[in-house]
Amino acid sequence: MSVLLIAEHDNKELKPFTLNAITAATQIDKELHVLVIGNKADGVAKSISQVPNVKKVIHVDNEIYENYLAENFTSVIIKYAENHSHLLCSANTFGKNLMPRVAALLDTSQVSDIIKVISPDTFLRPIYAGNAFATIKTNDQKKCITIRPTSFDPAPTSGGSAEIVKGEAAEAFSLSKFVKREEVKSDRPELGTARVVISGGRGMQKAENFKLITAIADKLNAAVGASRAAVDAGYISNDHQVGQTGKVVVPDLYIAVGISGAIQHLAGMKESKVIVAINKDGEAPIFSIADYGLEADLFEALPQFLDELNKLNTIQK
Amino acid sequence: MKILVAVKRVIDYNVQVRVKEDKTGVVTENVKMSTNPPDDNAIEEAVKIKEAGKAKEVVAITVGEEKAQETLRKALAVGADKGIHVKINNTIEPLAVSKILKKIVEKEKPDLVFMGKQAIDDDCNQTGQMLAALLNWPQATFASKIVVKDKSLEVTREVDEGLETLEVNIPAIVTCDLRLNEPRYASLPNIMKAKKKPLEQITAEELGVDTKQRIQQIKVEEPPKRKGGIKVASVAELVQKLKNEAKVI
Repeated sequence: MSVLLIAEHDNKELKPFTLNAITAATQIDKELHVLVIGNKADGVAKSISQVPNVKKVIHVDNEIYENYLAENFTSVIIKYAENHSHLLCSANTFGKNLMPRVAALLDTSQVSDIIKVISPDTFLRPIYAGNAFATIKTNDQKKCITIRPTSFDPAPTSGGSAEIVKGEAAEAFSLSKFVKREEVKSDRPELGTARVVISGGRGMQKAENFKLITAIADKLNAAVGASRAAVDAGYISNDHQVGQTGKVVVPDLYIAVGISGAIQHLAGMKESKVIVAINKDGEAPIFSIADYGLEADLFEALPQFLDELNKLNTIQK
Repeated sequence: MKILVAVKRVIDYNVQVRVKEDKTGVVTENVKMSTNPPDDNAIEEAVKIKEAGKAKEVVAITVGEEKAQETLRKALAVGADKGIHVKINNTIEPLAVSKILKKIVEKEKPDLVFMGKQAIDDDCNQTGQMLAALLNWPQATFASKIVVKDKSLEVTREVDEGLETLEVNIPAIVTCDLRLNEPRYASLPNIMKAKKKPLEQITAEELGVDTKQRIQQIKVEEPPKRKGGIKVASVAELVQKLKNEAKVI
C-alpha cells in the first residue's frame, strides 16, 4: 500500500508547506504518491515529480479545479483513495478545510495536525493549543491525517524523477461557488509562517505606539503579532492575535513586548525556537519561558533596539 | 429560515491546562468550563440574523455529558429559542459528533448549521466539514463575514493567503472564526428567562449513532519544558546575544 499526499498549489507554483508534508509522508511509508488537482497545473506536477522520494505524481487537470473548492476536490480524492493506506495533507487552512470532508465520506476518524510520526498508525499531536501532547493510535483501516508543516523540515526540490500519470476529473459540485480571493498584500511576512515575529501587549498603551513595533518588524522582516489584551483594547486588529484563540506561531525568534504572558498567549507562541521578552515588570510570567529577558521600559528599549539593529545592518529577507 | 448552532463545553480558555499524573488525559475536575470561544461567535451570528428578520428560529445543540447543558442555557440566554442536548458519557470523536448532528438535522430540518471553526480542547477542526460531507451540503469554513441572500450565503473566509469569498447555496454549513462578530454577554433577566425556554434531551443510542472511539489515546504528556533563560542588562547585550549566541538575527 502507498500513501497519497494532496498537494497545495495555486496552479502555477507549489505551496512550500507541501514540501514539509512530503517529509512527514515519507516517514509513514516510502511509497509516496502525490495528487495534484488543478487547472493547467502542469508546472506544479512537474516540480513535484522532481522532489526526491516522490514515487508517482497523479495529475488531475480540469477547469473546475481552478479555485480549489473542497467540495470539488473531495470527489476526486475519494476516487483515488482506494489504492492508498493513508491520505495526507498539510494542517493549514487548505488541508483543514479539505481533509475532514474526505474522511467523513470514507467513514474514517481523522487525525489532525500531527507533529511527529511514531509509526504508520501512531502519531504525536498537540491538544489544548499545545499545552499537552497526545500520543494516539488510529484503528481505522484507511487513515486520514493532516500534518503540521512547521514540525517537519521541507523536502529538497530537486534530484527526483517520479513518473507523472494523468488522472480523471470527478463530477463538479454545483452548490458552492468561488467568488473572489483577496490576498493580503503586505510587505511583511505572514504571521503563521514568519521566521521572526514581534508582538505587542497591553503595555503598548495605545494603538499608535505599535509603530515602535512595526519599525522593528520592518527591520527584521518580521510579522507583527499581539496579545489578546492588546486586541481587546483596540490597539490592533484581531488578525494579529497570537494565542490559544488566535494564531499559533512557531518562529525562529519571537519577541514579546509589553506582554505579561497570560496562559492563553503562551499557548500560541511557546514552541518558538528563541523567545525574547521585554517588560518593565520583572515578575511577569513571560520571563519564565523567555530565553532572553530584558527588564526595561519598552518606550526606551524599542528605539534603542532599532538603533542597535541599524548598527548591525542586517536586513534579512 | 431556521438555524441550528452546535456548541461545545470545554475547559475555559483562561485556565492553565494540567496533564494528569497517570497520563490518561488532562485534569477536568474542579476546573472552570465554558463555551468553546468560536461557538459563541456562531450563536451570536445566528441570533443577529434572526434579529435582522432573516431567520425565524435559532436552535442550539450540544453533544456531551449532563453538564454540557450549561452551554445550552448560555446559548438560550443570548437569544437561542430552543436547546437540544444529546447525552453521551464517553469521549466522542468529531466523526461521531457529525453523525449525531446529521440525525438532528434530518429531524429539525434547519436551513443553516453554524458552529465554531475548532474546539479549543482537542483542536481537531473537523466536525463542520464532516457534517457537510455527510449531508452533501456546501461548506464555508473559518467565516469572518456572512451575508444572507435569497437562496444563498456569501461567506468571507479567513484563509492563509488572506480572505476568500464563496457563495454557498442554502442549506449550508458554516464554521465561524473569532473575527466574525463580538459575542454579547447574557443579561441577568435573560439568564432567568432562558431557564423557561425548551430544552430537549436525547441520547446517542436513541439516535442510533455508534459513538465507539476509533482513535486510541495512548498517553497524554506535558510538552517538553523550556529550559530557563537569562536576563540581559541592556538592549545592546540583547542584540549581541541574538546575533552571536542564538544566531537568529
